[in-house]
Amino acid sequence: MIHMKKSSLIDGAKGFRASANSAKILILSLLMLFGISVAAHAKLELDLTKGTIEPLPIAITNFSGDIGAETSSIVSSNLKNSGLFAPIDPAAFIQQISDPNAVPRFEDWRVINAQALVTGTVSKEGDGRLKAEFRLWDVFGNEQIIGQQYFTNPNNSRRLAHIISDAIYKALTGESGYFDSRIVFVDETGPKTKRVKRLAIMDQDGANVRYLSKGGELVLTPRFSPTHQEITYMSFAGGNPKVYLRQIETGQYDVVGDFPGMTFSPRFSPDGQKVIMSLNNDGISNIYTMDLRSRTTIRLTNSNAIDTSPSYSPDGSQIVFESDRGGRQQLYVMGANGGEPSRISFGTGSYSTPVWSPRGDLIAFTKQSGGSFLIGVMKPDGSKERILTEGYHNEGPTWSPNGRVLMFFRESRGANGGSKLYSVDITGRHERQIPTPSFASDPAWSPLLE
Amino acid sequence: MPIARSVLKSPIFIALAVGLALAGCASKKPLPDNANGLGLNNNGGASPGSQQDFTINVGDRVFFETDSSALTQTARATLDKQGQWLSQYTNYPITIEGHADERGTREYNIALGARRAAATRDYLVAKGVPRNRIKTISYGKERPVAVCDDISCWSQNRRAVTQLAGPTG
Repeated sequence: MIHMKKSSLIDGAKGFRASANSAKILILSLLMLFGISVAAHAKLELDLTKGTIEPLPIAITNFSGDIGAETSSIVSSNLKNSGLFAPIDPAAFIQQISDPNAVPRFEDWRVINAQALVTGTVSKEGDGRLKAEFRLWDVFGNEQIIGQQYFTNPNNSRRLAHIISDAIYKALTGESGYFDSRIVFVDETGPKTKRVKRLAIMDQDGANVRYLSKGGELVLTPRFSPTHQEITYMSFAGGNPKVYLRQIETGQYDVVGDFPGMTFSPRFSPDGQKVIMSLNNDGISNIYTMDLRSRTTIRLTNSNAIDTSPSYSPDGSQIVFESDRGGRQQLYVMGANGGEPSRISFGTGSYSTPVWSPRGDLIAFTKQSGGSFLIGVMKPDGSKERILTEGYHNEGPTWSPNGRVLMFFRESRGANGGSKLYSVDITGRHERQIPTPSFASDPAWSPLLE
Repeated sequence: MPIARSVLKSPIFIALAVGLALAGCASKKPLPDNANGLGLNNNGGASPGSQQDFTINVGDRVFFETDSSALTQTARATLDKQGQWLSQYTNYPITIEGHADERGTREYNIALGARRAAATRDYLVAKGVPRNRIKTISYGKERPVAVCDDISCWSQNRRAVTQLAGPTG
């Protein structure tokens, strides 16, 4: 029942692409106290295969220790924001947990209908490290589901809370979580006629915002590498708009490829070795890839239209993109080496910015219809289209690492209007704004951190 | 042993799409009449051959229909004048900036601005302006000149601007 978290390192590929994991790895060991043997199958489980999921009532007690309360409060927000859990108001708690390692009085938690209970502690060790322990209990099953222990340096305290959240999410849903991840986005300030745009990065919940560029040049559409601490994005530096690659930690950057015209709309391949993007030539935009090691470029489409927003399937075998070759913007799928694309979008309106889910099962998109901008999903063959949110202007979805949640930007109207980031789960029921310091657009979700 | 499971309720998707049809298509309306439409038509003091002369008396920009890079009759007339002027005053480097309105997605608008800039350049080249004198750049929807949320502004933003200099930031 208990999964060892891997802290695998991925080798740097070449040149300035240094190895991943500049973020410090958390050391983790696992606890199982009292010889309570965990049942062979989890009794308490949220079934995510069903359409509508009633949030699971869960009691998250204040963790003891130096930053215990802060940690458990982040865990509580994460689980609540997923839409899958309903943390119970601590005012209703009957038992006050004094020893987070002792078996709780399950009957006290059954009375308030808590299905699951979380206890824990976070303390500073003599060597300055943080030590965190938590236990997840099945209230009606009278047993511990998981117990885990972590050590890390104090700078990682929020990550600790996210990792605990992911462990709880996984134990109760059977799927990996998405809380220990980050968002790269474009921070927007200044008047609408001359917006200052900066690359910025933050935790998935909006905390720890850090700016990666200063705003001296227009920057758009940053996307994470799946394997390295780097992003690809479009920059207008020097009045010469191109696709760039940028190391997150060092700030080192470089143009991708030596293309004769404007390159834009970049994204990494799932193995992180290629960037796929559009190249404009005399007003015609086609899709190209560049291998980051060999620098080989390959042209994948050959139209007289606008072919853009390419996104790979997670196995790397197919590419979805948008094209107006048939008149309006529609979604097309082709093999990873090009070839004749098949159109997959046939609803009323136009479709754009397709992104393949990391699970492979869905493609998210922006749809323009009847003067509104909608965010929706469809299966890769174009069937089962569902709209998740609609309004004046919603655009540019990005998938959480587990394929359960989309983040996108929503623009408000008028001279003083601007974009803010929102997330919505794939049922469309749980939508919320992600706090950012200013206007924000073009979010891209990282993989789970290592 | 009691088994706690989530309760499953009604089907996931309630029709969020209801009401989408109401907003109407925001495209058809006369385009602004270049400089006149922008209130730049005060002729005073522009010396012949100056940038001001070009902007005011010739018109530095042309406008497009939604999602289109086709040059309208008005646009052609403006570009005819631009071509004559640029052939007379040959000392300016030329950058054509293509722009889109905010009612499109970012990547597409970048490409659409490039298509508009290219269409504008090709017309000027056909009118005798040397191709190697003209650079093009697209700003997509990133640099609107009018910022209201209706057609009166969007139609001013769907434009190609002939700049008598290098590209602006």
